[in-house]
Amino acid sequence: MKDKKIKNVFKEGAISSEFIGESIAKHQSKISIGAHNIFLGQVRADEIDGKAVSAIEYTAYEDMANEKFHEIREATFEKFNLTCMHIYHSLGTVKVGEICLFVFVSSPRRKEVFKALEYVVEEIKVKAPVFGKEIFEDQSHQWKVNS
Amino acid sequence: MRLNIKYFGLIAELTSCSEEQLEFEGTKVEEVIELLNTKYPDLKSKDFQVAQNREIVSLKSPVTGGDIALLPPFSGG
Repeated sequence: MKDKKIKNVFKEGAISSEFIGESIAKHQSKISIGAHNIFLGQVRADEIDGKAVSAIEYTAYEDMANEKFHEIREATFEKFNLTCMHIYHSLGTVKVGEICLFVFVSSPRRKEVFKALEYVVEEIKVKAPVFGKEIFEDQSHQWKVNS
Repeated sequence: MRLNIKYFGLIAELTSCSEEQLEFEGTKVEEVIELLNTKYPDLKSKDFQVAQNREIVSLKSPVTGGDIALLPPFSGG
């Protein structure tokens, strides 16, 4: 583990469009940046056995997940020429259509942000101990598995 | 040694708790899992990884004490 402070990526509930907009605005003072790329994970109304998902309830092994997010962040900075990077993931209930994951990478050049963003999102899916419980309209549930 | 066992997602649902203490006399991670399989027979049919002190370990790894977590398939994002 490197000496940089480990950040808490988790936010209670959905990630609002206001929060995302403000995050973008905060970068206007960083004038070496020439390209941003943003990934927004949205809760999908999957239909399983005739029942529609109405929300996902997220839990996580928070200490381990924050360490893994930190490692992913460090590895991404080593691989790509990025100016900055931000990751936010929801905990608790996020309704269909709401945002549960927000990844934001910035660089002087566009090619770096396309490659870096895909790398970060795929690493999160594989390495972060986060668990989604799909809640159906009738309040029954099943545990989601990433495909 | 005393271990702190953590459960998440569908595993926590199965054990009806998220954390418990376990007195452990053995040496390897697989022996911890065997003890838990005896306590929770339904665990055997579940797919999970094991983390020791927040790092994924194999069943053959030595138990070093601290936190052992049972992690079902990840579904973040």
